Amino acid sequence: MSYQGKFRVWRGDHASGELTDFTAEVNEGEVVLDVVHRLQATQAPDLAVRWNCKAGKCGSCSAEINGRPRLLCMTRMNMFTPDQVVTITPMRTFPVIKDLVTDVSFNYVKARELPAFEPPKDLAPGEYRMQQIDVERSQEFRKCIECFLCQNTCHVVRDHDENKPEFSGPRLFIRAAELDMHPLDTRDDRKETAQAEQGLGYCNITKCCTEVCPEHIKITDNAIIPMKERVVDRKYDPITWLGRKIARRDQLSNQP
Amino acid sequence: MTAPVTAGSPAAPPSTAHHDRATIQENTLRTDRWWVTPLLTFIGLAAFVVYGLVRAFMNKWYWAGDVHLIAPFYSPCLSQSCVSGSSHILGQPIPRLPDWLSWVSPAMMVLILPGGFRLTCYYYRKSYYRSFWFSPPACAVPDGHKTYSGETRFPLLFQNIHRYFFYGALFVGSVLTYDAFLSLSGKDGGIGLGVGSIILFINAALIWAYTLGCHSCRNIVGGRLKHFSSHPVRYWMWGKVSVLNGKHQQWAWASMVSVVLADAYVMLVASGALTDVRIFN
Amino acid sequence: MTDHARYTRREFDVVVIGAGGAGLRAAIEARLAGKRTAIISKSLFGKAHTVMAEGGAAAAMGNANSKDSWQVHFRDTMRGGKFLNHYRMAELHAKEAPDRIWELETYGALFDRTPEGKISQRNFGGHEYPRLAHVGDRTGLELIRTLQQKIVSLQQADQREHGDAEAYLQVFAECTVTQLLTDDNSIVGALAYWRHNGEFLVFDAPTVVLATGGIGKSYTVTSNSWEYTGDGHALALRAGATLVNMEFLQFHPTGMVWPPSVKGLLVTESVRGDGGVLRNTDGKRFMFDYVPDVFRKQYADTEEEADRWYTDPDNNRRPPELLPRDEVARAINNEVKSGRGTEHGGVFLDVSTRMSAEVITRRLPSMYHQFKELAGVDITQEPMEVGPTCHYVMGGVEVDPDTTAASVRGLFAAGEVSGGMHGSNRLGGNSLSDLLVFGRRAGLHAAAYVDALSAAPIASDDTVQAGVTAALEPLTVSDGENPYQVQADLQHTMNELVGIIRRPAEIEQALAQLEELRKRAEKVGAPGGRLYNPGWHVALDLGNLLLVSECVAQAALLRQESRGGHTRDDFPGMSAQWRQRNLICRLDANSDRESVTVTQQPIPSVPVELLELFDRSELAKYMTSEELAVLDTQEQSGDSGAA
Repeated sequence: MSYQGKFRVWRGDHASGELTDFTAEVNEGEVVLDVVHRLQATQAPDLAVRWNCKAGKCGSCSAEINGRPRLLCMTRMNMFTPDQVVTITPMRTFPVIKDLVTDVSFNYVKARELPAFEPPKDLAPGEYRMQQIDVERSQEFRKCIECFLCQNTCHVVRDHDENKPEFSGPRLFIRAAELDMHPLDTRDDRKETAQAEQGLGYCNITKCCTEVCPEHIKITDNAIIPMKERVVDRKYDPITWLGRKIARRDQLSNQP
Repeated sequence: MTAPVTAGSPAAPPSTAHHDRATIQENTLRTDRWWVTPLLTFIGLAAFVVYGLVRAFMNKWYWAGDVHLIAPFYSPCLSQSCVSGSSHILGQPIPRLPDWLSWVSPAMMVLILPGGFRLTCYYYRKSYYRSFWFSPPACAVPDGHKTYSGETRFPLLFQNIHRYFFYGALFVGSVLTYDAFLSLSGKDGGIGLGVGSIILFINAALIWAYTLGCHSCRNIVGGRLKHFSSHPVRYWMWGKVSVLNGKHQQWAWASMVSVVLADAYVMLVASGALTDVRIFN
Repeated sequence: MTDHARYTRREFDVVVIGAGGAGLRAAIEARLAGKRTAIISKSLFGKAHTVMAEGGAAAAMGNANSKDSWQVHFRDTMRGGKFLNHYRMAELHAKEAPDRIWELETYGALFDRTPEGKISQRNFGGHEYPRLAHVGDRTGLELIRTLQQKIVSLQQADQREHGDAEAYLQVFAECTVTQLLTDDNSIVGALAYWRHNGEFLVFDAPTVVLATGGIGKSYTVTSNSWEYTGDGHALALRAGATLVNMEFLQFHPTGMVWPPSVKGLLVTESVRGDGGVLRNTDGKRFMFDYVPDVFRKQYADTEEEADRWYTDPDNNRRPPELLPRDEVARAINNEVKSGRGTEHGGVFLDVSTRMSAEVITRRLPSMYHQFKELAGVDITQEPMEVGPTCHYVMGGVEVDPDTTAASVRGLFAAGEVSGGMHGSNRLGGNSLSDLLVFGRRAGLHAAAYVDALSAAPIASDDTVQAGVTAALEPLTVSDGENPYQVQADLQHTMNELVGIIRRPAEIEQALAQLEELRKRAEKVGAPGGRLYNPGWHVALDLGNLLLVSECVAQAALLRQESRGGHTRDDFPGMSAQWRQRNLICRLDANSDRESVTVTQQPIPSVPVELLELFDRSELAKYMTSEELAVLDTQEQSGDSGAA
């Protein structure tokens, strides 16, 4: 069942680098990360790669395989024919550190810019009551393993580095949506923040983030578009505004 | 081109404070036929637009009076220039245009609603941004433009009016449904049924599936709520809309094809090139 | 060489090593106490092994069954650990776990809910009532993300207040500590290097909280990631602290066995908690044959009764699939050894017969995903193939139960790296709550220690220079052996010779091999520079793996009984005498080569009011007649023997 597979791995650092050819054994049931580990153990001990759980749960081993953003640990070798060359490159959108490892601090900086969960002041720990149907939407976004493949594939920053200061990216849009839909979060300005601070308007919903998400989170349909619609509710829709005035009940705030 | 925020996280040492990406010569290393989908989308959408333009300028063959079929592209027919019988309960509130505007057909007066709905639809936006504007043509394939500001400013900021077109689309869906029922009139009065009616009903159903699965609709019926548990009816509706919404792309294409087919069928019948096959009366 | 020895110094009050659940919780507490806190993580922030925890966090909140209480949780924990637990840790853990879980909700955590809107709780092996707060089967991810986001929120507060987000809380991601710096048996700091550029930095700090997790990477088949190389254990030993009961390793009964690339990957216990059954290749539910006497009263003897328990737990006994992990792991091991295992060396675990596909994908989404994508198995239709995998070390740094302080002043330890809490075997779900309870205590007491301190000396330049030079050694060796090969051989040695079933001759053989491996490890070389060089990193981890492996092997050789995560072929039963003894590991001061010695130490005796939570007949299965006699006298002198 084993065969000698052909691989091209980008090797280098921020100064220079190139695709390097390797031939390595491939066994039944293996994933690309297994092959990278075999290269480390037998041919290139200093080949840099990030990984942790090897089960698609930690989101460390993000890279690009034949040009597609993927987790190395969840890409099975049987996707490729034995004579197919498998090209492994680091995520393009982030500065490279070495080989397959990139500097993903952009994402952490953006995370720190987004206002955190604000708990209700009148509830003590243990008094929180939430219905399952009310937490499910946010729970979907909390499945995020922070692999940053969505951030990497998003053309807003992938192809336009200059947008990085204004644009937080899909990972942080789902975080904003998660908090806006959190039944007990008390901040009322998350929609405005998403538009004004996070650059929600840069997204042209071409859905590549959803396409690459290894957790199959419906980033665009369930987070980004709902947030765009909630912005419209607040900023561009006089009818709902009027409706709220007449009904004297603000559906959009934290009333039940 | 520099982006200050990518400087190493404050907890990282200064040595990673560079902006240098890996030097990869190839624009994309994708080996699959990533260009097939945008190409097919381009062809499909372009064909629809061409058909729509031709049909809008045609200004005839939209009412097959004997079998009571109105072409979807011309319904509702609101102008006093509409051929007799093609206008229904909404009447003809728009006066006959002066001669120099005679090329403006009744279709053009109403197509703004479904056209605008589709133009600002979240699915269509994805499809034409990818296939017409190459922004991006496919995932991890470079954007075809030097700069990019997305939907942050004029004119694309106006995509935000989608929900108004949704309200309009509710009206269009109702009219098309009414048209389908209207076509149930028999040739000899009373009730009748032909293939044309069935086509109009199928088209109306697909239009509804597309319209009600709209992302704006999903937000309006319940998506904007913070606590579903306090609004069981709206939660139920949101659930149903979400099911439709999950297949919004498929409904978009199905209803786009069906509206063209329905329109073309009526056109052929109205022009006399085809006779509506009657099932009874 | 002068260039090599360059380093930078940074000053902190509390340095937390490890950014998993325990480390982050400790850091939060230290920051809340106003201390300048550093979090050092080998991985990126938020990737720690805690994300792999699936089932849930055990806490007697009583949401699913109001009969639950800290006393019942304590009792289950002691039973699971076969009474070798440090009773005080088990008591604190059972009492404080609910508060720690509720606290997470104030940080923004979203657990699954009961119909009343409370936190939902699920069944797990060894827990009498449904007790595990959970989010599907990704509870660990929820925990780590919640703590990570709480830290971000504290940094945002510091940004508002001090204009500097990192004024009090700074995360050092992809940074590895190579040495604790001490002065006169007190912590003065830690030496570390950045993984991405190999530059060294010194943390000048009077306290260190170890939260580095376990040692699973000393085994071939393990559910643990590369990070689990026993760093905290080794750092503590070298700083002069002691380890307790390192022979107790938990082999999780259900790891994946096929395909080879995922061998060892965890299959959550929730699969069994939610109704999964174990069968051998004869189609038999073999666990009924493996219920030990001490558990006979709580577990069903027929399939019918076991099946009824899922719907009517009050009138039926639990299915034996839900025995503590050590029992199930041994049973599977035995079935496979007896020729009733699958061709890949596992047994069948099946949920498809009891639950609908919809329920399975809702309750076990990541298991569904994991099998579908990595093994091509649809668990809603077919059984999984599973076998034991090295999962958790019960032993660890010997600490004071209340303060988590180790024997070196200023050194604290929490989470898997600490020992005592779980006795000889940990119950599923007790790990996540352990992280929170003792993580918080570590942060709290580290802060209190800083407050009481009058002077804070720092490490001398000479000490640091020596540490840096030692760490750079592998980079200077030309033509050295490949560190990956030495690591693989070490894993093989431990896996084959100090595995689930242990034989003295094999352990001795392992110790001899470890000796050889140490010589090889001293000569490994890492080509390439300091820039993100995994070969070099593996070379540095080898010393830690060797040290902890030696502890495990020596302690395993010494303990002549079978209990929990330690099974001796030649002593198959539990010994009441051995229950009274802890095995303490410390660095051998007399050896010229780094090695350890293991000594016996009496176990602290359980206070009578805690013993009264058990039937005397149950205690009789664990305790010596002398202990029971003492207990009887104490009970008579008290009010009554309310068993």
